[in-house]
Amino acid sequence: MTEIQMTVNGKAVRGTVEGRTLLVNFLREDLRLTGTHVGCDTSQCGACTVHVNGVSVKACTMLAAEADGADVRTIEGMAAADGTLSNLQQAFQDHHGLQCGFCTPGMVMTAAALLKENPKPTEAEVRHYLEGNICRCTGYHNIVKAILAASGQDVSAIAAE
Amino acid sequence: MPKDSGIGASSKRREDIRFLTGAGNYTDDINVYGQAYVHFLRSDVAHGRIVSIDTDAAAAMPGVVRVFTGADFAAVGGLPCGWQVTDRFGQPMQEPAHPVLAQGKVRHVGDPIAAVVAESPEQARDAAEAISVEIEELPAVVDMKAALSADAPKVHDDLTSNLCYDWGFVEENKDAVAAAFEKAAHVTTLELVNQRLVANPMEPRVAVGDYSRATDESTLYTTSQNPHVIRLLMGAFVLGIPEHKLRVVAPDVGGGFGTKIFHYAEEAFCTFAARQLARAVKWTSSRSEAFMSDAHGRDHVTKIELALDADNNFTALRTETYANMGAYLSTFAPSVPTWLHGTLMAGNYKTPLIYVNVKAVFTNTVPVDAYRGAGRPEATYQLERVIDKAARELGVDPIALRRQNFITQFPYATPVAVEYDTGDYHATMDKLEEIADLAGFEARLAESKARGKLRGLGVNCYIEACGIAPSNLVGQLGARAGLYESATVRVNATGSISVMTGSHSHGQGHETAFPQVVADMLGIDESMIDIVHGDTARTPMGMGTYGSRSLAVGGSAMVKATNKIIAKAKKIAAHLLEASEADIELKDGQFSVAGTDKSVAWGDVTLAAYVPHNYPLEDMEPGLEETAFYDPSNFTYPSGAYACEVEVDPDTGRVTVERFAAADDFGNIVNPMIVSGQVHGGLAQGIGQALLEGAV
Repeated sequence: MTEIQMTVNGKAVRGTVEGRTLLVNFLREDLRLTGTHVGCDTSQCGACTVHVNGVSVKACTMLAAEADGADVRTIEGMAAADGTLSNLQQAFQDHHGLQCGFCTPGMVMTAAALLKENPKPTEAEVRHYLEGNICRCTGYHNIVKAILAASGQDVSAIAAE
Repeated sequence: MPKDSGIGASSKRREDIRFLTGAGNYTDDINVYGQAYVHFLRSDVAHGRIVSIDTDAAAAMPGVVRVFTGADFAAVGGLPCGWQVTDRFGQPMQEPAHPVLAQGKVRHVGDPIAAVVAESPEQARDAAEAISVEIEELPAVVDMKAALSADAPKVHDDLTSNLCYDWGFVEENKDAVAAAFEKAAHVTTLELVNQRLVANPMEPRVAVGDYSRATDESTLYTTSQNPHVIRLLMGAFVLGIPEHKLRVVAPDVGGGFGTKIFHYAEEAFCTFAARQLARAVKWTSSRSEAFMSDAHGRDHVTKIELALDADNNFTALRTETYANMGAYLSTFAPSVPTWLHGTLMAGNYKTPLIYVNVKAVFTNTVPVDAYRGAGRPEATYQLERVIDKAARELGVDPIALRRQNFITQFPYATPVAVEYDTGDYHATMDKLEEIADLAGFEARLAESKARGKLRGLGVNCYIEACGIAPSNLVGQLGARAGLYESATVRVNATGSISVMTGSHSHGQGHETAFPQVVADMLGIDESMIDIVHGDTARTPMGMGTYGSRSLAVGGSAMVKATNKIIAKAKKIAAHLLEASEADIELKDGQFSVAGTDKSVAWGDVTLAAYVPHNYPLEDMEPGLEETAFYDPSNFTYPSGAYACEVEVDPDTGRVTVERFAAADDFGNIVNPMIVSGQVHGGLAQGIGQALLEGAV
């Protein structure tokens, strides 16, 4: 067992984990931050995406011990303290970019990383960046639209219905 | 002009807030104090005899609470099948036992053999690896036609063959259909494979079984589209727990697409083990396990023949389909290739004679059941493909051939036992031709060719039978369930409302759309209304969400209950206003006396119902809560026409979908944004099947 400590959503946390404990399990089981989801066991679906030191990471492919000392952000840390949705979260609601909601935390975290790297992505760049995040409900159309809208671009020309 | 609230408004989804902030409550987010974890040891061979299982080493591993094998379930019921199909000779289908844990034999890769319950998921998994199982591998059958040969290995030794049923529909029409083919001016024949798919909702299945020694009550938290159905099936047929001692909760569910309708072994196991151990037991499927244990979809092999007269009118249609059931009958598997498929074979066309033959076959594969449309897309696929082929063979325009044969008079009784209430197939085709710019295809084709690419255009129509289903009808057809839906509308003293529905939302947005309907009926704000679903302890007995039934059937129950509320509220208002009940009008949340300026607000009436100081107690009970059950008299029949244009790179084979247009006739739409989103997702899954997906 290993003692670890890290900052999660601005709060200092510590825990004791097995060497094989994944970051996603530490977040979900030890910290009870269940917004980060596990959709696969093969690093394909992206539902577990979080930010580690500002970089998007699939939390099922990183050991909790590897995140020792890191600054971690999860979906629970994306809205303002008073609950107001971030611009990106609000765009997902406005453009119906989610249905069952299971992939949504990963989509939001990946999209946030994209917009940090590339504040005005093209539609093709958004689709390329989302290749590691799978959604089974929406067909991606409205997710892409929401991200483009969150980047401040006019999406009225993208087919609505 | 788009509305900003009520029916027809694209109200933003209220459930999004919790999903966007990580506050959703999915089954894997539920942990019960003191819970143990189960790991299933699954067969890695398709067919085999279990010679021995040695669990001693596993039982001695750290953290292991108990190891279960098939022997522990010898006295427990098997998983029931919810639909009995009668074959074309009047005999019931062959119905094999479906044990919770394998009894003597394994019949597909993934068939659960043993289960380890331990203090942690890792300990359970480690110990499962220490179980020593000796399996004598047997020859397996995976191909349906091979499975029906006389010398094929039998999936179930106690059945006469691997044939589940040989179904004819309508059997009495068989000879007339054959005669029509004899007389046909042209016959088009097509053989098709509708490949096996894995539904793969993003959330893997999870089950948490809990047990209270204090009350002798079991609770199952599960990823289900229909918690009441699970309670009835598991309670009555598997574990023998009466409904009042069994609660099934399906909280936020991360997509279903059909595969979360069914009652699964893991649900029964966790509920059973929790009772045995008097502590909660949790199972979380891995994605790999999902491929081996979630019911699969489709897997039909079909030969379809279309007969036409000299004027290109459809005169008869005949199909022969082999439908893979897999190794066991999943809950509703027998109904999918029969009643959900044969009844749709008329499509949008006035073909007078139709005969559908379906042979359902057991193989050593994962069970197959309803998936996204369930039987109906399989019907549409065959029919539309054979029409396209006929058009090519006859050298006629495929759209013109369709239009020539469209049903135009409604109601229309098809030769496959359903009656379409209404439809306008020319209207959707007209709309499609416009929005898809079909006239511009030739120019786009030339442009693709100039770049060295190939370009193709596909146009098809569809009809669906939705709003499943009239109970008396499905009862005659073999369903072992009714298919009504329920709703309780509970108006609270201060005027807010909880609607308890038997439907279940797992992406469809019921929590937003259902209140739009009630708000419109009462003239109050949508935010005053909440939907409660997914918990047998909080909702009336209802059949859940599948078969495009939630709004058509569940919504109708809600409307019925709300009408009862309005009737009673008007009586209360009449008393408060000292007027005749017949003169009371409800508009914008105000009850008024017609032709006067006397009125009383919604909240005053609801308060009077619960604080009945000035109330006709001698005539009426206090309170304002009504329940309704709605059983539909027919299906609903949405229809439409779709066009897809793809470009193909002849060097690499890469296909890109360049244009897609959908013209749907869905009737009255409650929330256009949500409905469009449902269509987007359906298109993506359809394109996925067409271009990418396939399972063995």
